[in-house]
Amino acid sequence: MSVIKSESRRQTFYMYLFISPWLIGFLIFALYPILSSLYYSFTDYDIIHPPKFIGLANYTEMFHNELFWRSVKVTLRYTFISVPVQLLLGLGFALLLHQTIPWRGFFRTAMYFPSMVSGVAMSLLWYWIFNPQIGLFNYMLSWFGIHGPAWLMNPDTALYALIIMSLWTAGSGMILFLAGLQGVPASLIEAANLDGAGRFRIFLNITLPMISPVLLFQLIMGLIDSFQVFTQAFVMTQGGPNYSTWFYVYNLYTSAFKEYRAGYSSALAWVLLIVVMLFTAVIMRLSRRYVHYEGGNRR
Amino acid sequence: MSTVKATRPLGPPSRLHRRIKPVKIASFTALLLTTFLMLLPLFFMVSTSLKSKREMLRFPPTFLPESWAWSNYTDIFDTLQFGTLYKNSLIIAGFSVFGTLLSSALVAYGFARYRGRGNSFWFILLLSTMMLPYPAIMIPQFVLFSQMQWIDTFLPLIVPAFFGSAYNIFLLRQFFSTLPEELFDAGRIDGCGELRMWRTIALPLSAPALATVAIFAFIYSWNDLLTPVLYLSSSDKFTLPVGMASLTSSRFRIPPWHLLMVASVLAMVPIVTLFAIAQKQFVEGIVLTGIK
Repeated sequence: MSVIKSESRRQTFYMYLFISPWLIGFLIFALYPILSSLYYSFTDYDIIHPPKFIGLANYTEMFHNELFWRSVKVTLRYTFISVPVQLLLGLGFALLLHQTIPWRGFFRTAMYFPSMVSGVAMSLLWYWIFNPQIGLFNYMLSWFGIHGPAWLMNPDTALYALIIMSLWTAGSGMILFLAGLQGVPASLIEAANLDGAGRFRIFLNITLPMISPVLLFQLIMGLIDSFQVFTQAFVMTQGGPNYSTWFYVYNLYTSAFKEYRAGYSSALAWVLLIVVMLFTAVIMRLSRRYVHYEGGNRR
Repeated sequence: MSTVKATRPLGPPSRLHRRIKPVKIASFTALLLTTFLMLLPLFFMVSTSLKSKREMLRFPPTFLPESWAWSNYTDIFDTLQFGTLYKNSLIIAGFSVFGTLLSSALVAYGFARYRGRGNSFWFILLLSTMMLPYPAIMIPQFVLFSQMQWIDTFLPLIVPAFFGSAYNIFLLRQFFSTLPEELFDAGRIDGCGELRMWRTIALPLSAPALATVAIFAFIYSWNDLLTPVLYLSSSDKFTLPVGMASLTSSRFRIPPWHLLMVASVLAMVPIVTLFAIAQKQFVEGIVLTGIK
């Protein structure tokens, strides 16, 4: 009895010893900031002078602020188009490259290559590509007789230009899907094949359920990333033209560090946090029935 | 039993074999087309970086430079203190990678090898911090670091890495969990201390996973824009992304596209090099740790 007890005590001791860097970091860089951000969100605060408590004023202002609603709309529109399309493209590439096909290594590297371009470099590159006078995009459209718009300078097209750009990095999702596909047992697919199941049925009934955890992971991470778009707006459009790319985090950044309204900005931060948690919770809940985990439905 | 086996090659598989060919041809064509589209922007990035100032403004754009302006690659170091930017980014990324590897490997080992009380509670908490958007915590962090007088130093960009990052801890924990217990039992019998087992047994066996984490940490730090924009104010401390972002600013009437592309190409070099060196381990690491 005492041997077991001391063994479990030893395990507990070493566990906490090893995880202590993260525990300390969690307290300093996550828990404390979250809680003070909650407090700041009820204050009038410019970072220089001490915060002044003003109750819910920041939140009520937010809901009457046109720029807030604009940023919500821009961010949601971007997310709901770019995340699903990126996932589909990534999965499509992975399925194509999971077969034995000539030049497979080359194709895999080539598809992943754009994901190695940094956010700023990518933004600069596509800034040039979307240039209406000398850019590549409208030049290529002209091959098909299409006269392209002034992409980033036109409020109707700027957001779609950024969505098109986001698809360029679908290769990073492909890598994860490829890893997932390697985990699908070949024996299952062979068995289904012998039973006369077609490619599409095998995909729907075997492959898709088997890789559903990868899909779920990417969906959630994709949403969270997409809610935080900043670089593109900062480098390429500064939220314009006419606020058509006024992303939520760009709005948050401007409020805090350009207008020095850290209290209001903290309220924005908390709304973002709640929305991310809600989205994640809903997706996890809905997915419970569809996501397959080996060894039962845990975690 | 044996008769069933003998008939198999004549049955469904041969039917399948015939059907496979058109699918493969279609796939190959689709891949060729998408790869072309994916690589075209990169091709123009490199090609434009080698064009003269006059040629970069030409429409339609020329595929290859008419006269190769190799001097662009030296000009950028003179005009935009590119060397300083590069050095700053390398220093910050280097420390970040080191910090992330060290702390994440320690923490992941703690979660994977010791079934202490509260293990799953803390692990679930760790996983949930992956969903924590950075903007949600950046203002109090900014206040914290400014109280510590760390503004306009590299510290806010480096120090947090030494406290582990959730995603990388998760990856490494998955990997460490697969290491056979017998190895550690043997180590224990030999009188190996816990920290030494971590260093001499777990780490050497985890090269692919560690390489993956190193690449992730490097890419993250190298590409980050928001944090350095917040914390760095003097231009000789800027990182590469901050310096490059300022290139589009209004001080140029016409953006110097050829120099912007030089900067973009040079910004890619370390990542591509790292990927080329560690590619095998990187892919293996992702497969082994299995994002599940």
